[in-house]
Amino acid sequence: MIGADIVLESLKKAKIDTLFGYPGGVVLPLYDRFPFHKEIKHILVRHEQAAGHAADAYARVSGKIGVALATSGPGATNLVTAVQNAMMDSIPTLFITGNVARNLIGKDGFQEADATGIFMPTVKHNYLVTHASDLAPTFAEAIHIATTGRPGPVHIDIPKDVFLEEAEFNWPKEINLRGYKIDKNLNTDAISEASNLINQSEKPIIFAGHGIIISNTHKLLQKLAEKADIPVITTLLGIGSMPTSHELHYGWMGMHGSYYANHAASSADTIIALGMRMDDRALGRFADLNPNAKIVHIDIDPAEHDKNLKATVPVVGNLSDILPAITNEIDETNHAEWINWINDLKKNHSDSMSIPDTSELSVQFVVNQIAKENKKNKLVVVTGVGQHQMWAAQHMDISEPRQLVTSGGLGTMGFEVPAALGAQVADPKSTVWSICGDGGFQMTFQELATIVDEKLPIKFAIMNNGFLGMVRQWQELFYQQNLVDVNMSQPDFLKIAEAYGIQGIEVTKKDQVIEAIQKANSINGPVLIDFRVETDGNVWPMVPAGAALNETVESAKEL
Amino acid sequence: MKHTVVALVEDKPGVLNRVASLFRRRGFNIDSLAVGTTHEAGVSRMTIVVEGNENIADQLEKQLFKLIDVIKVENFTNQNAIMRELALIKVKASTNNRREILDILEVFRAQPIDLSTASLVIQIVAHRDTIDALIENLSRFGILEMVRTGRIAMRRGYTTTTDEVLDENDDYSSNFHSQLGRLSNGNFPFVSD
Repeated sequence: MIGADIVLESLKKAKIDTLFGYPGGVVLPLYDRFPFHKEIKHILVRHEQAAGHAADAYARVSGKIGVALATSGPGATNLVTAVQNAMMDSIPTLFITGNVARNLIGKDGFQEADATGIFMPTVKHNYLVTHASDLAPTFAEAIHIATTGRPGPVHIDIPKDVFLEEAEFNWPKEINLRGYKIDKNLNTDAISEASNLINQSEKPIIFAGHGIIISNTHKLLQKLAEKADIPVITTLLGIGSMPTSHELHYGWMGMHGSYYANHAASSADTIIALGMRMDDRALGRFADLNPNAKIVHIDIDPAEHDKNLKATVPVVGNLSDILPAITNEIDETNHAEWINWINDLKKNHSDSMSIPDTSELSVQFVVNQIAKENKKNKLVVVTGVGQHQMWAAQHMDISEPRQLVTSGGLGTMGFEVPAALGAQVADPKSTVWSICGDGGFQMTFQELATIVDEKLPIKFAIMNNGFLGMVRQWQELFYQQNLVDVNMSQPDFLKIAEAYGIQGIEVTKKDQVIEAIQKANSINGPVLIDFRVETDGNVWPMVPAGAALNETVESAKEL
Repeated sequence: MKHTVVALVEDKPGVLNRVASLFRRRGFNIDSLAVGTTHEAGVSRMTIVVEGNENIADQLEKQLFKLIDVIKVENFTNQNAIMRELALIKVKASTNNRREILDILEVFRAQPIDLSTASLVIQIVAHRDTIDALIENLSRFGILEMVRTGRIAMRRGYTTTTDEVLDENDDYSSNFHSQLGRLSNGNFPFVSD
């Protein structure tokens, strides 16, 4: 068979049935074969970046690998943001690009870009395939690498004539990479050491990171926490690893995490960090996070240990093996005194993260109502990046893994529209609400066309305050209110909805919110709601950049 | 301090790019980088010298090993190892001072390998400090040109860096974690904006 068929057979072999892509010159031989491989559904986006983000969100929601496809040159370079986004958040993704024919590579041919070189620092691994006979083994290897260990994006670049070359379909029976083997052995010494530290601690705390969700170990996390009565706080991407109603759940930590979570993190005597990379947004100034605490850092990627914060006991491996082993070794105990201390903090410092009690339409109120009105639905919340993202994370009561789809590490504005597309494709039965910024929405709203084509009933809630809110917040607080280039005129979003043939709803007052949400839910199709929210809200609490978590401030007056 | 790290890598296109890119990206300062083939087909060997504290060496090893094409990483810094580099040095040399230069070469166990009426090409294989000392001694004659290979290193004794890797059943790579999941003291980066 020809290379193009080998590519599609490889995807089928790996049980991949969905591709997000955009055609172009050099991938035409591949598109030409789609009609002969009906098992694979190709979703035609309107911009390659969207294909990438959709594949990323598809992977976040389904737990399966997400695949995006683009042509050479501009097609490939348009993917870069999405690739880096998947890299930062460890999302199993496969990016396929075409390239110019082999004899033209390096000759600056039409639509040629050094995609292999450009992608190299943004991927877990990448390939330039120069023979059709290498295609099947390369796909097998690529998918193996993307989905195992610490997941991540893998890129395969395929010259046009390789798609047309004849070769055997030689799918390998097993994959053996000398430089990439997954550790199956538990480091029992490290586990005992970690368990001892936990047993000796009087004020332990668990940081639950994205790794809990990636490894589907949220139930194991709860068992561990319950056995030793350890309060749990999550990172932004760890939200959903514990139900908010759980009595050991104490919210999330970080720049806009809760006051009590941040102070609990700084006051604990033992930190048990699970599946996280010790990011500065989550931990504040590293040196003063909690210099006296013993740190047990469990992560599958040894390079994360001691990268930003020195671990007392680093444990390398899969949480699904390590959590039960530790739970087994730790004592059943309670930490009532410590937990009461946090509860007191919580009682006295929750106002800064509450929904403003005003007649004005606030983002906090809107997102909270969206969560409340969808209690009975299988809600998936997709966000952009900025104030609305933080408020969604604070007020939407996310209690299930994979329920929140948000760009954490890279902070990619515009993620909200294509990610909603990918999320809904991954789980057609879920109710996808995309919480959009008015800035981010304008970066990628061309995907409304894809969403209409695919008949996806996504609800877009635009938090329209006419500002790049988070940037304005920083200019107000840290640049002496010198507001520069943050006040944006907005288009008529309802007319945009109309132009794409979808229902638009305008909400200007608080008392219209619930009705609008209910109406949107009742429509079996995409809906766009333009929420004209108040313009000067800021996100609190806040850890100013460069400050420590115990320097969390709850209002501008404290700065 | 300087760290000498040896990496065995797959002999595949782009592997040097990956390693170099990693160093640039993570802000590691490369002092020298020497790449060559090994006795095993498909495996190349890199010897990398970097400047930095313990922390940097630890991160360097772990980040290097994360590259799929990197098969093994070994830090030679505190090991009983042979470390060498090669230099070719062309100096001004007339019949008047040639004897004097040759005397210096004898002290450093360096060899003259080319001669003209006004110049001498010298070859030296030695530890970097020895080469530096030779250069210092030659500088007063006038160095016309110089080229150095960068450091290469090998364990002393019977054991090798390659044997474990070339054994089919070896699980070096899966053991790497438990052996090198460790740490060091030092400064940590500042918080970004």
